[in-house]
Amino acid sequence: MKSKTSFSKIAYLKAKIEGDEIFRIVSALFALTTILLVGLMVYELTRGSWLSLQKFGLLFITGTTWDPVFTLNFGALPLILGTLTTSAIALAIGVPISIGIGLLLSEYVPKRLGFFVSFMVELLAAIPSVIYGLWGIFVLIPFLRNNAYPYIQAVLGFLPLFSGPIYGGGVLTAGIVLAIMIIPIISSVSRDVLSAVPHSQREAVISLGATKWETCKIVMSYAKPGVIGAIILGLGRAIGETMAVTMLIGNKFKVLPSSFFDAWYTMAAIIANEFTEATSDVYVSALIHVGLTLFLISLIVNVIARLIVWRTLRLVKGVSRG
Amino acid sequence: MDNYRIRKLKDWLMRILVWSSLIIAMIPLFSILLDVFLNGAKAIDMDFFLLPTPTVGEKGGIANAIQGTLITLGLASIIGVPIGVMSGIFLSEYHDSKLSQPVRFINDVLSGFPSIVVGIFGYVLIVSVIGFSVIAAAFSLALIMIPIVTRTTEESLRMVPVAIREAALALGIRRWKTIIFIVLKGARKGVITGVLLALARIAGESAPVLVTMGYWRWWFSGLNRPASNIALNIYLFAISPFENWRTLAWGSALFLILMILGISILIRVLTRGKYE
Amino acid sequence: MMNRQKLEAELSYKFEIENLNAWFSSKQVLKHINMKIKEKAITAIIGPSGCGKTTLIRCLNRMHETIPDAKVSGRVLFNGVNIYDKDVDPVQIRRKIGMIFQKPNPFPMMSIYDNVAIGLKLNGVKDKRKIDSIVEKSLRMVGLWDEVKYELNKSGASLSGGQQQRLCIARALAVEPEVLLMDEPTSALDPISSAKIELLIRELAKDYTIIIVTHNMQQAARVSDYTAFLYLGELIEYGPTRQIFENPKNELTEKYLTGGFG
Repeated sequence: MKSKTSFSKIAYLKAKIEGDEIFRIVSALFALTTILLVGLMVYELTRGSWLSLQKFGLLFITGTTWDPVFTLNFGALPLILGTLTTSAIALAIGVPISIGIGLLLSEYVPKRLGFFVSFMVELLAAIPSVIYGLWGIFVLIPFLRNNAYPYIQAVLGFLPLFSGPIYGGGVLTAGIVLAIMIIPIISSVSRDVLSAVPHSQREAVISLGATKWETCKIVMSYAKPGVIGAIILGLGRAIGETMAVTMLIGNKFKVLPSSFFDAWYTMAAIIANEFTEATSDVYVSALIHVGLTLFLISLIVNVIARLIVWRTLRLVKGVSRG
Repeated sequence: MDNYRIRKLKDWLMRILVWSSLIIAMIPLFSILLDVFLNGAKAIDMDFFLLPTPTVGEKGGIANAIQGTLITLGLASIIGVPIGVMSGIFLSEYHDSKLSQPVRFINDVLSGFPSIVVGIFGYVLIVSVIGFSVIAAAFSLALIMIPIVTRTTEESLRMVPVAIREAALALGIRRWKTIIFIVLKGARKGVITGVLLALARIAGESAPVLVTMGYWRWWFSGLNRPASNIALNIYLFAISPFENWRTLAWGSALFLILMILGISILIRVLTRGKYE
Repeated sequence: MMNRQKLEAELSYKFEIENLNAWFSSKQVLKHINMKIKEKAITAIIGPSGCGKTTLIRCLNRMHETIPDAKVSGRVLFNGVNIYDKDVDPVQIRRKIGMIFQKPNPFPMMSIYDNVAIGLKLNGVKDKRKIDSIVEKSLRMVGLWDEVKYELNKSGASLSGGQQQRLCIARALAVEPEVLLMDEPTSALDPISSAKIELLIRELAKDYTIIIVTHNMQQAARVSDYTAFLYLGELIEYGPTRQIFENPKNELTEKYLTGGFG
């Protein structure tokens, strides 16, 4: 059958350069920018640390002196210890509270109220670090110094950790504020992981006559890796926290503090406190070196945390489907 | 029977503990908000909004800090929002690309970096060349914005139903036009929310500003010079020994909290809007 | 009667489908389809679920291949041009061949006016008066104009199901296609709206070639001029609707029509 009007394919020819291809490439380039920037970050941090790396090498991490004036010897071990200690205190205080809230949101509270509660907890996350520091200096420290620490020392003072002069700030205080700051992230991720546990698991236990708490225990054991992931995420956050810590911890470089009530230092705090005053090139480089170390530790912790959380969410959802 | 009573007791006890954990967490929240409002209110008067940072003993305000902060945040947005939105578009619309996994992973990781480290990056890259400047601070802040905007943009785009894309395709509309004029348009509320979230976050960031801009007492005088910054000022004023500065610290904190609260409320209003 | 038959004999074929095969990954859903679709007629495609009806029409506007891991082989001549030729731009094909989906999918983020106009605007038409007149013409063609002419700014999703589907048809008509592919256009609608759309289809057939996929045999009998029966990806029988329904030549066709399966 002949066509009445003949069309040639010219009417539908593809253009040489397609708008779609260009757009795809452009958006890919933008997306690649992030990868590029992170790579550049690693490079620049290393470049900035070069003087310090040359002078101290890997011994930087084990060095325990910080002398910007005479010998220009710098070592980061106390800083690393300080970071880990304050983070450990933060976890010790913050994790039970966060998991309690996570359980509350996932198991105890109906959806509508849950939105409101989540909002309140999220407000904690919205408060900037400096304001935690500001409140810490003028409200928390006086309170702890007058109303809390003396009693703690009265009871636990026989332990070296709790003996020694109390001035209000210091390691424990920083740990307390850090605990408050990491509650939102640990509790929200815990809630997500706990909620993802399929209902069939809960129903199975309830039909056997379990109490609410016993059901919770089952749910938690199911989602344990995910909750651990949430905790590690919180750890990652605590490690990198800068302003609140530097405003409360006392900023004293020493190998070990004399007690929880004593002043100390963290990696982030020393950078914030000394960066703008750093005079010599080696000094600046040492501080950047601290930053590089902080970056690497934080990177490892965050990657581990993300991997665990991802895997748990996929596992839990996978089982509920099959 | 006894065993049952013990179990019931434990259940009741745990219920109390779980609720107490919430109450314990709320105590600092209310304490902070209360103190910021009470102490900050004392600092607020006309001068607060009109005068720049004072020297010791003088009367002053945060006018220059507001100016500097707005400019810095604006520049950070100009850098961060396009990169974030386009990355979000890429992750959502071209999700079968081999690049998607690494990009998404890197974005997640980037969002977990300590902000002080991002600040040092800005220092080594830009301050070493131009000096302490708004550009350096804006760059660092943009890096903090990007993962947030990328994630929310991707999520919002994914929520647009496939049927919409098919309808547009069947009309003979080019893919890129479909994405920009139809799909993105349908997701605009979510995208704007993401940008606002990112803004609220970087408004409060002082660590990166500290190492890329430092302290500035005067008005804005060029992108290659520093500018005043509300969050950073809070830090510097708080640790200073001067009474008028400490008062300004509380006032600035109140202003900052109100700004962030305002943005949060704006976000809730936007997302409650219409349910498609 | 004689004139009509003569006219029909003279009308050319809009589509000549030659040895069309289609796959979803490794599963073959269309096998060796050969058919010629008459211009400005209504061709119905019927068959039990999963027989490949939707895939067949999606091959006609090159939508099938947009699904990941989907494959097509064979030739589809549209106005004599093989739309699967490697030099042909599928986007331009789709402007000439419109599609209506089973579930009405107007753009909810746009007004009624913009829904109809968007195809024009994004294809470069800038003259507002021209757009206005095409929007009105399209809405009139589907019988929506009087119902919505004072509410053109309302969201496209604020209409009832039947109205939404008519809006989708208006949207497709606005870009001035030659063909309308309809994938079960009334299966998500109530009987009254369905009847309105069937009337509309018969109206539109005066100017457009229409291919309609339907699982409702009675609808095919009511509306179409030609009917094709597909089973398990193969074209079993194809001919004038009257002949297919009154005198099916294939046993399978007869079985399906008498409700033997699916």
